[in-house]
Amino acid sequence: MDPVRRIEGRAIPFGDKNVDTDVIIPAHWLKTVTRDGLGRGAFETVRQDPDNVFDQPEFSGAPILIAGDNFGCGSSREHAAWALLDLGITAVIAPSFSDIFSGNAFKNGILTVALPQEQIDRLTEVAATDPITIDLESQTVTTPFQDRFTFETDPFRRRCLLEGLDEIGLTLQQDEAITNYEIRQQGMTPWLARGTEKAA
Amino acid sequence: MSSTPRTLYEKIWDAHVVDKRDDGTALIYIDRHLVHEVTSPQAFEALRGNGRTVRRPDLTLAVPDHNVPTTRRTDTAGNRLPIADPQSAQQLAALERNAPEFGIRYIDAVAPEQGIVHVVGPEQGFSLPGATIVCGDSHTAAHGGIGALAFGIGTSEVEHVLATQTLLLKRSKGMEVRVEGNLGPGITPKDLILHIIGVIGTAGGTGHVIEYRGRVFEEMSVEGRLTVCNMSIEAGARAGLVAPDETTFNYLKGRPYAPQGEEWDQAVAWWRSLATDNGARFDSSVVIDASEIEPTVTWGTSPEDVVPIGASVPSPESFSDPSKQVAAAKSLQYMGLTPGQRMQDIAIENVFIGSCTNSRIEDLRAAARVLEGRRKAKGVRWAIAVPGSGLVKLQAEAEGLDRIFTDAGFEWREPGCSACLAMNPDKVPAGERCASTSNRNFVGRQGPGARTHLMSPAMAAAAAVTGRLTDVRELSATSPLRESARATKA
Ligand code: SF4
Repeated sequence: MDPVRRIEGRAIPFGDKNVDTDVIIPAHWLKTVTRDGLGRGAFETVRQDPDNVFDQPEFSGAPILIAGDNFGCGSSREHAAWALLDLGITAVIAPSFSDIFSGNAFKNGILTVALPQEQIDRLTEVAATDPITIDLESQTVTTPFQDRFTFETDPFRRRCLLEGLDEIGLTLQQDEAITNYEIRQQGMTPWLARGTEKAA
Repeated sequence: MSSTPRTLYEKIWDAHVVDKRDDGTALIYIDRHLVHEVTSPQAFEALRGNGRTVRRPDLTLAVPDHNVPTTRRTDTAGNRLPIADPQSAQQLAALERNAPEFGIRYIDAVAPEQGIVHVVGPEQGFSLPGATIVCGDSHTAAHGGIGALAFGIGTSEVEHVLATQTLLLKRSKGMEVRVEGNLGPGITPKDLILHIIGVIGTAGGTGHVIEYRGRVFEEMSVEGRLTVCNMSIEAGARAGLVAPDETTFNYLKGRPYAPQGEEWDQAVAWWRSLATDNGARFDSSVVIDASEIEPTVTWGTSPEDVVPIGASVPSPESFSDPSKQVAAAKSLQYMGLTPGQRMQDIAIENVFIGSCTNSRIEDLRAAARVLEGRRKAKGVRWAIAVPGSGLVKLQAEAEGLDRIFTDAGFEWREPGCSACLAMNPDKVPAGERCASTSNRNFVGRQGPGARTHLMSPAMAAAAAVTGRLTDVRELSATSPLRESARATKA
């Protein structure tokens, strides 16, 4: 994974609340067996409206999305994160995120920034005309107008993003701890250690 | 072992910690991993690309469900029929290739055990109480109905579990949903969970694992508990749980992958010890009075948009939250409804009985009880019953339920996700309405422009019979079934 430090550019002022993953990428786009090309299906129903914010020329290629409460609720499809990436979005700012979505976003190097609604209202105002900067190192969102909002990120996720670490690679280094657990489990709850192999 | 009282969730969590970190996260061991064709191809591809293997193929079970057509899958000679949609066919082919390549047990699309992952897991005894269960699908929460800590994960996590049999997780908060009193006659687990989601809201459970507590759940069948836990994700929760008890043990005993002999007794003893201790603390608690719950249906495009069937379509102004007002106005426009319209006057053209929420044998029986001796109304263009698995289908056929459905004008289909998310050809046409037993009424969920009303199997059957949303209790009062039952007794 490439390291993520600073994201700077236009922010799409989308704003809707409870945006579910069916809105981000409708189910008929899930039939792919690769991660690429999902941008075409991103926000498909929203984009049927000719005045939609995504297709306004000034937001083409914008790296930031501003959304409402509970962004990414609904299904666990990681295609939602892949679709955002394919659109060029690498950060989402919202008052809150669904648990599964923020995990998926993180694993694909998309930064999720939770800020209080008043600060989001202010950023939405700025986004209409000017760029926004998100800095993961200092955990701040700034605008050209001296606004400076701080946010928090999970320390582990922050380190992974800043250093571009591969989570699976990290866990595989703990092979010994996992093996020890498996031995313990075999003793304590042997039936759980046996999956699709039938008991003798 | 600490002696502080712990909740069911805390006990399962503690039993699965491989490694604790300073930042509050822990590496958690995963006991069971269910894999389907939609969220796994990219994970297997990445494993292959990185030269990684599956750590415990024996703890993994793969079955296709989302894309499979629900029409006949074999010709009269028993040969497999090709899948028309090339993309669906490609996803199935990928799973069919990946499972054996990585040594994973695969239930193929024509096996009698095939079905929706969340129906198959408990049915095969693969999902067990006290286990950690994951699947690349948010409704994995369903397995909490047997007392397992079960939750949906994304494709990168699928890859992580395949490679390491663990996940790096942050402990969730505990929420207790305590239901007091009894459900009224004709009120089902689906009505209960729709009502609960209406109370908590779709984001109310975010960051939490819900434990459902109270006599209602103790007296509920495993099928009903699976229905309730299934929709925990619709309240934003990571998972839902019902403590395992005698009902759970009876349900699991003798299932193919359930423990046997001495090990069974050992397992039951452990399962019994998992119940939440007296004095254990939850971070939040919601109390619901069961006696207040009516047959419940949705009017909007979020599962929290619920009303009792006797109510009217709400007006956006009736919500205090301004953003909810905007959302409600949008929903009503999409749904083609006007505030004040009686729910019971809403005509439907489609009925879908199925999905991992309501496709088990009990659900089919409940719908069939309403349909017996009746026919779908003229205005109902399309009505399908889709069993959750091949084994549910066989059981239903042995009980003659298939005949009741087909006599009532339903199509009796092969198992799969079907019109729940319309990835296969089963779709609700744009602008048409569907009485559906599934779990999501999102915009476009059952097909572009489709309008979904969520409800219980009995309520969906009642809607099929009258052609509009209907209080099933009014219908049963004049049931031709009862009449004939009386006649046979006499
Ligand atoms: S039935 Fe619906 S909710 Fe359940 S697994 Fe299939 S698509 Fe998901």
